[in-house]
Amino acid sequence: MTITLTHFLIVSAILFSFGIYAVISRRNAIMVLMGIELILNSANINFLAFSRFGGMNIEGQMAAVFVIILAAAEAAVALAIVLNIYKRFHTVNVDEISFLKD
Amino acid sequence: MYEIIFYFFAAVTIGSAGVVVFSRNIVYSAFALFFTFFGVAGIYVLLNADFLAVTQLLIYVGGILVLILFGVMLTTNTVSVDIKAKSLNTLPAVSVVAALAGLLAGMIWTTDWFMSKNMSEITAQTTSKEIGSALITTHLLPFEVASVVLLVAIVGAAMMARRESVKTQISNSK
Repeated sequence: MTITLTHFLIVSAILFSFGIYAVISRRNAIMVLMGIELILNSANINFLAFSRFGGMNIEGQMAAVFVIILAAAEAAVALAIVLNIYKRFHTVNVDEISFLKD
Repeated sequence: MYEIIFYFFAAVTIGSAGVVVFSRNIVYSAFALFFTFFGVAGIYVLLNADFLAVTQLLIYVGGILVLILFGVMLTTNTVSVDIKAKSLNTLPAVSVVAALAGLLAGMIWTTDWFMSKNMSEITAQTTSKEIGSALITTHLLPFEVASVVLLVAIVGAAMMARRESVKTQISNSK
């Protein structure tokens, strides 16, 4: 049984579902960030799988390069925001920071 | 051989991603994320993307994971026992994610994917040269925009992380 495009897509779909679960259900803001990283990784696997099985052109890999660049920028800015939230509210639990609701 | 390596890396990726998502301890989650990124890098190698695999190791494991660990250290009271990270909305989250995963799996199985004809002719070849020449020819504009985005992100992150302390210093000195 050879490994086809479907196998890579299934792995990527499972990773994506785990990421969505972390984003929805975890309380800690840093866990939400980890979920976002899982989602971006699954998208990258999809890009590379389509690039590989669609005739080995370089376009998918270029898209993955830019996804990685934006993930790095996103992680830096998001962690700065989380640090600011911790300084102000002394918690990073996303359900307790409901300041705008009041 | 290819199959065994693929299943090994897929198992490492998915198993450690499960630990990341379901672990009660956020430090365990951060360390399991290391194995997830490592497994994804192995999958990149299997997809003939050697440059991307090394980039994944450098940026995700060397950069983003260290940032996340710093975030864990700086935002949890390690003195008190508040290092546990609880879940909420577990039942709605499980139902939504199960529906989503079922939808994706059904879509992936039923679609007749386009497959390139000359699959057997593809041999191992390095992609660094092609990526490098594409970055300075066809993808020059996104490349430059990405560099500006990174600069803005660095300056913005430093500003945001420092702003509060500057303000308190000013108010203390008054």
